[in-house]
Amino acid sequence: MSTPDPYAGERLKLSPFHPRQQALNIRDAWTSWNGYKFAEHYYEAEYEYFCVRNLCATYDISPMQKYQIQGPDAQTLLNRMVTRDVAKVGLNRVAYCVWCTDAGRVIDDGTIFRLAADRFLLTCGSPCTAWLERSAYGFAEVEVKDLSDALAALSLQGPTACAVLKKLGLDGIDAVKPFDIRHFSLHGTALMVSRTGFTGDLGYELWIEPDRALELWDALYAAGAHYGIHPYGETATNMARLEAGFIMPGMEFNEALKTVHFEHDQTPFELNLGWLVDFNKPHFSGRRALLEEKRRGPKYTLTKLDVEGNRPAEGGSRIYGNKRCTKAVGYVTSAMWSPAAKANIALAMIRTEHRQGALWAEIYYEKELRQYSRVAKCTPLRKPFWAPPRARATPPPDY
Amino acid sequence: MDRYDSIIVGAGHNGLVCAAYLARNGQRVLVLEAAPAPGGLAADREFHPGFHTSIAHSIGHFSSKVAGDLNLAAHGFTTAKRRLPVLGLRLNGEHLVVDGDSLAGVGADDAAAYKNHRARMGRFATTLSPFWLKTMPRISGGSLADWTTFGRIGFNLRRMGREDFREFLRVASLPARDLMDEQFSDAVLKAVLSWDGLIGSKLAPRSPNGAVPAMLYRMAEAARGGHSIPSGGVPGLIQSLQRAAESLGAEIRCAAEVRRILVGGSSAGLAVKGVQLANGEQIEAARVVSAVDPKRTFLDLVGVRYLDIGFTNRIRRLRCDGTVGKLHLALSGLPEFSGLPQPNGRMILAPDMDAIEFAFDDAKHGELPVHPVMEILMPSLADASLAPPGQHVLSAQVLYVPYRLKGGWNDAAGERMRERAIDAIAQYAPRIREQIIHGEFLTPEDVALGCRVTGGHWHHVEFALDQMLMMRPTYEAAQYQTPIPGLYLCGAGCHPGGDLTGAPGHNAAQEILR
Repeated sequence: MSTPDPYAGERLKLSPFHPRQQALNIRDAWTSWNGYKFAEHYYEAEYEYFCVRNLCATYDISPMQKYQIQGPDAQTLLNRMVTRDVAKVGLNRVAYCVWCTDAGRVIDDGTIFRLAADRFLLTCGSPCTAWLERSAYGFAEVEVKDLSDALAALSLQGPTACAVLKKLGLDGIDAVKPFDIRHFSLHGTALMVSRTGFTGDLGYELWIEPDRALELWDALYAAGAHYGIHPYGETATNMARLEAGFIMPGMEFNEALKTVHFEHDQTPFELNLGWLVDFNKPHFSGRRALLEEKRRGPKYTLTKLDVEGNRPAEGGSRIYGNKRCTKAVGYVTSAMWSPAAKANIALAMIRTEHRQGALWAEIYYEKELRQYSRVAKCTPLRKPFWAPPRARATPPPDY
Repeated sequence: MDRYDSIIVGAGHNGLVCAAYLARNGQRVLVLEAAPAPGGLAADREFHPGFHTSIAHSIGHFSSKVAGDLNLAAHGFTTAKRRLPVLGLRLNGEHLVVDGDSLAGVGADDAAAYKNHRARMGRFATTLSPFWLKTMPRISGGSLADWTTFGRIGFNLRRMGREDFREFLRVASLPARDLMDEQFSDAVLKAVLSWDGLIGSKLAPRSPNGAVPAMLYRMAEAARGGHSIPSGGVPGLIQSLQRAAESLGAEIRCAAEVRRILVGGSSAGLAVKGVQLANGEQIEAARVVSAVDPKRTFLDLVGVRYLDIGFTNRIRRLRCDGTVGKLHLALSGLPEFSGLPQPNGRMILAPDMDAIEFAFDDAKHGELPVHPVMEILMPSLADASLAPPGQHVLSAQVLYVPYRLKGGWNDAAGERMRERAIDAIAQYAPRIREQIIHGEFLTPEDVALGCRVTGGHWHHVEFALDQMLMMRPTYEAAQYQTPIPGLYLCGAGCHPGGDLTGAPGHNAAQEILR
């Protein structure tokens, strides 16, 4: 007889894929995400990153929050909540979205899957239950259901991803276009596949009921054995997404509902996501504020920087408008040496009016316990740091 | 389809005031009222053949500016020489009389303290009175006018002098209980003087923050809180407003229930288009002005799909539960209250402040008050036409009656409440039951359904610090404009608040015409 665990409520939950991931996590490098035990890395982050870029690798997105929004009012609810026009999202298509407070500050970003005329799946990084409850108030004919624990999901990313899924027996997977959803059957279980991901590369996300998660894992790893399939953790994800120019909560933006200080959160325009804001919609939450923001211009603009030298401008380096570092014009949100771009890259929030001028980053670094700093010239980039054609190609190149 | 400049939804007194001002400025105005007659909570109610009253049974601080601007006297409205004293009845058959500055029936200490209290409250009321007829400033991004108003409030407070300013800050948020206990000793006097700080709100003598603002609000006009019954009763005010509005060109349609406020949308955003009636008829207008309470306006008539999510949540969270029940008795003759020569005032039946507090305690837990307290009026004494010859109408505001009764309201609960209220009256007027021809009791739920007002709340939105001034009903709708272009509010849910004042209707019209 075992005694009850007095800390049961405080222990991390285990993902449906955990038994396999635990076996592979030889460093025992765990962190947590939404209450789930979550791999920071398995063997070594850079190694995992190169698997993503050169072979294929799996990332457990089961801890992501998943909500089903269903009913005749489902589209109206979502269209009022997010800035994009959900009416334009076709059946079995996915749309990347942000949603904002009344003041037009970003609460979170996520994806909306249209699974039927009146049924959607909303996925996002942080719990959204309270905001969805507020958003649903006043709509008679809609049901919001939290599927976070009821749906296992695994992201498969990298150049050989399509080949692995073909080998798995998913006929027609090579015809699936970016942001398409296709429904398959795996050993008699419904398997939903979307051509989505967070790496900027060719990739898919696989959705299945939790009881069949290990079965999916085993079949996938069997199919991927000769295609270099590996698991990757949070650190490698963060590298890949930065090269792709994707934003991350807690890095590029501070979720508005968790922001205390005035305007320490961001608007979509500040995050360079103006293309997600559809003013042709007569109304959505935050429209009035965002219209005003658009007219006035964003205070800051998220900017891609090519930083001189090879020292990453990590740790929230400040950006200056002059080499003497007397005129502060912004701050770095994420930075790394990019192996794919062979460049020292950074995302930075720059005061919009200073984006055209000279930009200098003050970079702090440590060398054997001694602290140093240097000033590096930064060049703003318009295009993504890294965007391989295979990410968009249909069918993707075969291996 | 006809197109109006403004459609007013709801012909309560604020809707009529707003309509009259807009019409006076040359607008083509249509007022739509769901009930068969205008008036809302002030509408005439024939609760038994030949016996008339209204839910609001007297007039306290109706704006003299509105009465003057709209020339209501010419349309039959007057309160002059009709002031009602306040009578505090004692269980031993004695009573005290508060009549403006004079007080009789109490000890010398209390009489002296009353003089000071009255003078001080008068000074505070004078300081605040200019702001009840003004649009409140926006909290941020305000215009120069907004900041000027802010500044003037501060300046007026400071101008009271150091003593009064300090006392104002100390007293403004005091519970009624503390305010009374530090000045008076007579238990009935304390209950009587607290009354206007409490009635209509979900507020007991020991509740902080709300009582003094309510007292000062109700002392805004020259009568300094004195009530009166106009000729024709309170509905007489409605008739004069209706005549004034119509003579200025406003059109008033009754039995025309607005089902939806129509909002159009394009890439240019939202804009009000008009209204749709319950019978399906659509009427177009450049703007719609809602005298209906904010919850009903936004959540039912407009619909959340046109509102931001945070704004919707604030409207949803507004506290709107009414606490006042209404007893109407048709009497075969004038009731005899022990020791009272004539029941010709606002009679307060509350032996002490604890009685009020305990009645509140019952109600706040969703129970009927075991021993209700109340204010009684005899409208038929002021206007004999309100009852058949020789007979009388008794009207009582009964505290505290919960809107959300545990287990819900039903006929039996309503009857139980009516009997408890009559029993309470019988303690002061022992023969009252013999005179009753007919009696009805209106619960807050009855008021909510009958008058189409959320929670049956007198003030539409609880008159509390967080729902006052530039927070009334909530920011982004506190300057009579709403987030939807062309949609305005003009009811009691706006600054300055409820009661029969005409101020929200007046202020909304000023804002629309600006």
